[in-house]
Amino acid sequence: MVLAAPRSAPLEEALGEGSPIVVLDRVSLAFDDKVILKNISFTLLKGHTKIILGASGSGKSTILKLILGLLKPDAGVIWVNGERVDGMTELEMMKVRADLGMVFQEGALFDSLTVAENVGYKLFEESDMPRADVRQRVDEILGFIGLDDHVDRTPAELSGGQRRRVAIARAMAAKPRLLLYDEPTTGLDPITAITVDNEIVKLRDIENVSSILVTHQLRDAFFVATHEAVHDAAGRLQVVPAGLDKAEEAEFIMLKDGEIAFEGHAAELRATSDSYLKTFLS
Amino acid sequence: MTALVVSLVKSGLLEIQEYMRLQGQTMRGIVSRPFYFRDVVEQFEEIGIGSLTVVLLTGFFTGAVLALQTGITLDQFGARPFVGRLISASMIKELGPVLTGLMLAGRVGSGIAAELGSMVVTDQINALRALGTDPVRKLVVPRVLAGVFMAPVLTVVANTVGIIGGWLIAVYQLRVASSLYWTSVVEGLFLQDAWMGLIKPFFLGFAIVTIGCHVGLRTHGGTQGVGRSTTNAVVASSVAVIAVDFFVTRVLITLLY
Repeated sequence: MVLAAPRSAPLEEALGEGSPIVVLDRVSLAFDDKVILKNISFTLLKGHTKIILGASGSGKSTILKLILGLLKPDAGVIWVNGERVDGMTELEMMKVRADLGMVFQEGALFDSLTVAENVGYKLFEESDMPRADVRQRVDEILGFIGLDDHVDRTPAELSGGQRRRVAIARAMAAKPRLLLYDEPTTGLDPITAITVDNEIVKLRDIENVSSILVTHQLRDAFFVATHEAVHDAAGRLQVVPAGLDKAEEAEFIMLKDGEIAFEGHAAELRATSDSYLKTFLS
Repeated sequence: MTALVVSLVKSGLLEIQEYMRLQGQTMRGIVSRPFYFRDVVEQFEEIGIGSLTVVLLTGFFTGAVLALQTGITLDQFGARPFVGRLISASMIKELGPVLTGLMLAGRVGSGIAAELGSMVVTDQINALRALGTDPVRKLVVPRVLAGVFMAPVLTVVANTVGIIGGWLIAVYQLRVASSLYWTSVVEGLFLQDAWMGLIKPFFLGFAIVTIGCHVGLRTHGGTQGVGRSTTNAVVASSVAVIAVDFFVTRVLITLLY
């Protein structure tokens, strides 16, 4: 079963442990006279998390759309999974997207499909996987996010939190190596938001998925950065406060007026003396 | 003032460019893989079977009212028995294709624009692309195929029930003998008329569906934008039906007669 785009052996080796999975180099984008992003550069390493913070309209979601190839930059270079994507055609991007998953704001579930059809969409429509295997994977993944009794419901019958979790399930169904989250907890109550945060942490640590999380919910951002998923002595999956090494695998980027105003770990962000950052964090 | 005119011309040209590009992508989608057969079948049912009621009713009452109106006029020349000839010629050559087109513009064009527009504003189109699906192949190609092939079928249905509607009025209201009516219907038709009635709906169906898809996919501005797109799709495709009908008729007259 091939779910992701096939890659050459040297490229696979080059993208081994500790290698970059996403690289943005001096990326800029403007819509007419309005500058959205200006000279954005960062690197996401395999298995790590990048958390992009910023006020509304600061260009956070645009970065995800650029990585996914939904938008093209005016300048700069973007590498995803060892492929340069900034100049790719839509057809070429389809191969890169085979290894990406995206959780959109509000979920963007297909409202005419059931939960199971939404989750299994990519496998059913865009892969040669037998239908029985698709069903098995859908059941497995809905079990993982705790929605296995909602298989035949439509998105309209789900709560906001359930919709986000189904969106996460849909994004991870084809086992991508990179997951992009666009404000996955916005508009959710704190309890439900923590449930979604737990899924993000579990996916990163158990399924070893690299992730970029765009949010302006500080509590969720710090939760994801400072927690890890582990199996306890009884083999149960638990989300616990992360050790120092694990916490260093999550990096924050703060955007301000389309530029990077801060890049560093959770502890560095908390200790910042920058007045804008302090206002944002307060 | 000049800036406004320049801006209007620019946006008009942009719309035409994007519309032509969508048509190109649709053509490529029709002749290359992947091809979403299940969606094509669904759309044939949605556009074809789903539009049957409105087309049946429109066709029937158009034929009936045509018989009523022409009966009065034909009486002045003592030509009431020729009512069948007039109805069949009018329905098959002009009224059937145009009225079916207008009904499809109202039902199908608006439906497509609203559905695709909603998908745009709720990020479902972006989600499709993120999941590796080309929205044109998945959403536009099935609708265009269904529109192009179901419009002629629906037109034939409208023509048939229109002539039946005319027959009911001719027999029970105008007191024309049934056999005389049907003889008149057949005598009034030439092979070229049938071709014209069959060829035109292909173009009308194509125009209605591609306009609906184009307007839907270019929706912006949330739910208000969806409403605007729906209205624009109906207006644009209704005007297109009349305009395309004129131009195709002009070409067919040159080619067939």
